[in-house]
Amino acid sequence: MLNDVTFGQYYPAKSFVHRLDPRAKILFMIAYFVAVFLAKNFFGLAAVTLFLLFAVFMSRVPFGRVLRSVKMILFLIIFTGILNLLFYSGELTYEPLVQWWIVTISYESIVQTVFLSFRLFLIVMGTSILTLTTTPVALTDGIESLLKPLMYIKVPVHEVALIMSIALRFIPTLIDETNRIVAAQKARGADFETGGLFKRAKAMIPVLFPLIVSALRRADDLGDAMEARCYRGSKGRTKYKKLVLTWRDLLGLLFFAALIAGIVLLNIYFGGKFDILHYFMGG
Amino acid sequence: MEAVRFEHVKYSYREDESEYAVNDVSLSVEEGEFVAILGRNGSGKSTLAKLINALLTPTSGKVSVFGLDTSDEKQTFAIRKSAGMVFQNPDNQAVASIVEDDVAFGPENIGVPREEIGKRIDFALNAVGMQDFRNAMPSRLSGGQKQRIAIAGVIAILPKIMILDESTAMLDPQGRREVMAVVKKLNREQGMTVILITHFMEEALQAERAIVMHRGEVVMDGTPEHIFSHSDALETYNLTLPRAAYICKKLQAAGMPIGEAFTAEELAEEICKSLQKG
Amino acid sequence: MQIVAKGLTYTYNPKSPFASQALKGVDLTIEEGEFFGIIGHTGSGKSTFVQHLNALIRLSGGQLRVGEYDLSSKKCNFVELRSKVGMVFQYPEYQLFAATVEKDVEFGLKNFRKELTEAEQTAAVREAIETVGLDYDALKDQSPFELSGGQKRRVAIAGVIVTKPEILILDEPAAGLDPLGKRELMELLHSIHGGWCKTIVIVSHDMDEIAENCTNAAVFSDGKVVLQGKPSEIFRQADKLFSLGLDIPMTARCALLLRAQGIEIDTDFTCDDFAEKVSALWRKGGNHAQ
Repeated sequence: MLNDVTFGQYYPAKSFVHRLDPRAKILFMIAYFVAVFLAKNFFGLAAVTLFLLFAVFMSRVPFGRVLRSVKMILFLIIFTGILNLLFYSGELTYEPLVQWWIVTISYESIVQTVFLSFRLFLIVMGTSILTLTTTPVALTDGIESLLKPLMYIKVPVHEVALIMSIALRFIPTLIDETNRIVAAQKARGADFETGGLFKRAKAMIPVLFPLIVSALRRADDLGDAMEARCYRGSKGRTKYKKLVLTWRDLLGLLFFAALIAGIVLLNIYFGGKFDILHYFMGG
Repeated sequence: MEAVRFEHVKYSYREDESEYAVNDVSLSVEEGEFVAILGRNGSGKSTLAKLINALLTPTSGKVSVFGLDTSDEKQTFAIRKSAGMVFQNPDNQAVASIVEDDVAFGPENIGVPREEIGKRIDFALNAVGMQDFRNAMPSRLSGGQKQRIAIAGVIAILPKIMILDESTAMLDPQGRREVMAVVKKLNREQGMTVILITHFMEEALQAERAIVMHRGEVVMDGTPEHIFSHSDALETYNLTLPRAAYICKKLQAAGMPIGEAFTAEELAEEICKSLQKG
Repeated sequence: MQIVAKGLTYTYNPKSPFASQALKGVDLTIEEGEFFGIIGHTGSGKSTFVQHLNALIRLSGGQLRVGEYDLSSKKCNFVELRSKVGMVFQYPEYQLFAATVEKDVEFGLKNFRKELTEAEQTAAVREAIETVGLDYDALKDQSPFELSGGQKRRVAIAGVIVTKPEILILDEPAAGLDPLGKRELMELLHSIHGGWCKTIVIVSHDMDEIAENCTNAAVFSDGKVVLQGKPSEIFRQADKLFSLGLDIPMTARCALLLRAQGIEIDTDFTCDDFAEKVSALWRKGGNHAQ
């Protein structure tokens, strides 16, 4: 069953990470991505991992909860991993281990696969710390605020943000509705669980159709309700909430600056990811 | 002062005007009045409501709100500022995922400065008794609470008229009671003009005046007691009597000398009187 | 089919910070032939309970038997069960989906009764649509979305009763209808009750509705059944209902006020019976000579 409370997977707590400004958190996540991609060797990734563990600790979200988000895209990680393992096309310094038809497994492809999967893992973990500690509303607010400069090049930032926040607001409602319709059609004998892909897709029609009809009806109602509350676009509009940066955000900034500096240093000292092969293979 | 005025208003949803949802309605509502509008589903009640705050404009005739003509587009904004409206479905009115952000929506639209918005949120949430839910998520509230938030969202604009378009229809009895208590309080304590569209006879009894609509026309207009004492007419318009009035009628038919009663309290009193007389 | 629930428990989102126990040990028996009312607040567990009855929510604690179906058994044939226990959700008109009224009503039949011939199906659809008081020939090819609100609801109910379930469960069937629409809907339910539809279970907030229509009822509160019996017995316990934040019917409120004046009226709280008992009392007082 779908469930509204798990949507956006916000995990309520009052931690340092929870209290960071959403704008700062979004920027920190970008900085974190930069660090992950900047790291050229395993020492760099290890440093990022340590940082990640520290962030998880600071967020007071149980580690298992963060790991769960990885489980959801484990398939993707394994899939890209296998592709890399079998079809690595970079330069080879050492004799390949297996060579068959178009498939090649080499020391390099193994290193590459481990490296890439690890990167993917770190990115997913980082993103889920953001979504676990930030409510969807705060996230939209943050994005709106960060995108504000785009207003000068005539991007309708206000409208886009309003659409995002209304979408967020209606997700629980529509999830409830979906559950209700699914249950109602099940009660009329609809079978969503057996059969091939085509049959299952067809079984969704009695759910999707009423859902669309209802979404349109709700949109209609909401339009009336907004107009009745004097909505006429961003013209003459004020804003009630203002995001404020605090010392926490500044402290966070220092942590991230240190992380990136550390990665750069590790890159210089330990070189590229394949250099690790020299230790094992010699030469 | 006259708050709302309808002059021979017709409205048709169809291009060819083959059918009128509101057909030649003329009426006037004074400031501070509490008016209930009754009628079967499809009798034109909701259309009437939407004509007041310019969500719809008349096909012919004229609607004015505090003297402002709703057909004049330049006045739309001013009209909506003075005539707020709460709708039927409690799930389809909130724009934000947090109560205070939602209540802020109206004041933001009319350009209220930031500090003032905070005060208005306090005021509006207090008025509907939801001050403890400022940071709650509307999706987690009960139907009655959601409707009270919707009312707060309207109050924050500080309108003079509150229109409730079947706002209690989807609520449970407790939710209905909550909403009605808020509405009565607004009317009594702040002199707000209330136009309540409902098909619950018991709610209509709480108004000072009731209007019955049938096939787009106003067919009865008077005090709720006056209207419910015309049970034959109500039957013609497919409305039912409040239960107490129904029992009263049955007792009268059985020959018992009993006065009119519309609520449980009145019925008990009348039965008492009647039994003790003998 | 008799419904027997023993110690039914259910928790939403178990093992998460949002876990909430909706049922905390429900013991309830609903006999065949009843027009049963389920009363309770939003969140009292009543909807969770009724969704157990046709396995829309799988049993996770306690025991539940519906006729010969033991829902705690892994071998239970849930599809067959669902064909015998019809469920009409709140605002069922929002679940209409097909291009025509006929196709929508047919849906359940095509799922449950695959063995029927085309002609038998058409006959069953016609019967269902006529049972809910609509004109089959006039409506069958219309889009259900173009009907009036009341008609839509009837079509949706036809879509459930088309398989002639022995037990019919309706969650707030009259919600949002106007008073006359409500009355007509209740009349419809009474007209099918006792035929192929042996048991009707309605979930309702409206105490007057329960008093007027039900043979037996149960009051849910905080995941448990706190009161059960005939409506006349339940509504006599006004204090208990008030303490749960629930209402009593208008007639019961009136009887309570009269009792305070020393006038006892022994009624089942339907309007007609109430009027009858009051006028009987009046006649007994020797007033009929007036």
